[in-house]
Amino acid sequence: MNVRKVFNSGKPSEFSALNGIDLRISANQVTVLVGPSGCGKTTLLTIIGCMARPSAGRVRLGDREITSLPERFLTEIRRSTFGFIFQQPNLIKGLSALENVMLPAYPLGGRRALLKDKAIRSLDALGLAEKALSKVEWLSGGEAQRVAIVRALINDPSVVIADEPTAHLDRTLSHRFLEIVERFKAEGKTVLITSHDPLVYESRVVDRVVKLRDGRLEAEA
Amino acid sequence: MRAWIEKQRYLMDFTLSSLLRRKVKNLSLLLLYTLIVFILASAMFFTDSIKKEASLILHGSPEIIVQKVRAGRHELFPIRQIDRLKTIRGVASVEGRLWGYYFDPDVGANYTFLVPTAGSASVTPHNASTDVVGGEGDESAGAAVPSTEPLYRVNLDTLKSGTAVIGHGMARLRHAGTGDVMAFRAFDGTSMNFRIADTFSSKSELVSADLIVVTEVDFRRLFGIPVDVVTDVVLSVNNPREISTVATKVAKVLPDARPITRDEVLRTYDSIFNWRGGMMLVLLSAAVLAFVIFAWDKASGLSAGEKWEIGVLKAIGWETADIIQMKFWEGAVVSLTAFFTGAIVAYLHVFLLSSVVFEPALKGWSTLYPQFQLTPFVNAAELTTLFVLTVVPYTTATIVPIWRAATLDPDTAMRRVGE
Repeated sequence: MNVRKVFNSGKPSEFSALNGIDLRISANQVTVLVGPSGCGKTTLLTIIGCMARPSAGRVRLGDREITSLPERFLTEIRRSTFGFIFQQPNLIKGLSALENVMLPAYPLGGRRALLKDKAIRSLDALGLAEKALSKVEWLSGGEAQRVAIVRALINDPSVVIADEPTAHLDRTLSHRFLEIVERFKAEGKTVLITSHDPLVYESRVVDRVVKLRDGRLEAEA
Repeated sequence: MRAWIEKQRYLMDFTLSSLLRRKVKNLSLLLLYTLIVFILASAMFFTDSIKKEASLILHGSPEIIVQKVRAGRHELFPIRQIDRLKTIRGVASVEGRLWGYYFDPDVGANYTFLVPTAGSASVTPHNASTDVVGGEGDESAGAAVPSTEPLYRVNLDTLKSGTAVIGHGMARLRHAGTGDVMAFRAFDGTSMNFRIADTFSSKSELVSADLIVVTEVDFRRLFGIPVDVVTDVVLSVNNPREISTVATKVAKVLPDARPITRDEVLRTYDSIFNWRGGMMLVLLSAAVLAFVIFAWDKASGLSAGEKWEIGVLKAIGWETADIIQMKFWEGAVVSLTAFFTGAIVAYLHVFLLSSVVFEPALKGWSTLYPQFQLTPFVNAAELTTLFVLTVVPYTTATIVPIWRAATLDPDTAMRRVGE
């Protein structure tokens, strides 16, 4: 509600990325935020996903107002509710695909054997079982992206957030990504994507398209 | 609890893999860190043990030594004054000693000539433990050197005029052994030959490396000392608690004499070895300082890659506390490994390899190095101080910047490095 985000506040380089956004995102749907570069899509996504705080306004998750929660609670929400798929895979180099996938679950302290088993099964579901022990720097772009998707899902989040997920994928891999999104939807997950790729926002799997320009909502498709 | 332990295991795993991912940086840091701990611990182990060793030996030294002094200089002690000392209440026995130094210009070394007490089968300190009351560390002294075992033995039956019993250090330096003849220049320029009758046991090298034991007649001839004087006098006291009282009485009876108590000798040795250890540390302080700057820089600065990594970990659900714990383990692993490796290597260096690296600085500048094995002694308080001064600052230095970076929003941490 009326969410604003100002970067470098009070400095000559002050920049307002969001200028009063009022938006309600429905559960169990695929929503895409579209708009030109610099329109505030990623900023809005990070605020919804509890990765950043708004400069003004309120954010609600279900019935819970989360804007003013201490960092510890925000982390807990981020970990249990959201799964992030970044524009870049953002995998930690030097670790194997399996270790990268297991990382979000480390702070929960679950049993190692169970976690490992779950991670291997999840990698297998996206055709990456053979790459489980490979270092992530040896993976292709598409493989790295799928590892990032598996990592986003390891804690069973109810909301999947993807920032320009197809920006570095070719057409075939983009289609495979959308198939995965369709599977999320079938599993009852809420999916929120930013993209200016028509392949994504024109896809039949998308329920709602929200347009942004200059940090404001423009219109809805 | 199980979840907590499992979580710590995950964090440790991640920490170790993080350390391995930055092999060059962390290994170079670990090596330097270990080297510094090794140097500091070596100096500490050596100084403590040699002080302990010297104290063990000196606990068996005479309770009071009386020296004649003229114009502040040590002078020979007239034998006729010995009877006056015997009249002091509390004095058990009084004995004159003959000893002196001889400079050998050929090898540039100083020897100590000594005349053993007549009639004794061995030159033995009064004892190491039972007679010494209230001396610090008496119990350990008794354990390390049984009171029945003399610090060095001289077979007086073999010692006749024209013969000498020498320490191993001398034997090494002069390449001499039993049966060989050594020549010394007497006070009047004439040459005196001594046949080596025996050598000392190597266990006593700390006190006997430079020692030559000769008969009284030969000693007086070599140094031109008249028969009515001795070098100094040693007193034993009935009640060790009265040593200082007896020393005061000695000063009254013989105003031109200087009584030196055993505690004063012990204090002097303590100061000498503290000074040597301290001097070495001062010389090495530049290296220590360089390491501190290097370690602080490495530990307190975060590379762009590390900041990005923190951003990713936070974005995927790690709490600030998790990241701080992980970095704490990282600092702890580096500093504990360095500390224990450095301390263990220093222990082996000092007690097994006789401090080969720092021998000249710590043992003194002498041509005659005693070859001795120190009794392992570790001062727990000093080791703890070394631990606190190395491990704690480093671990803290690793946490502070992480705390600053980890409290940022993950979005900010990731954007900051342009990722």
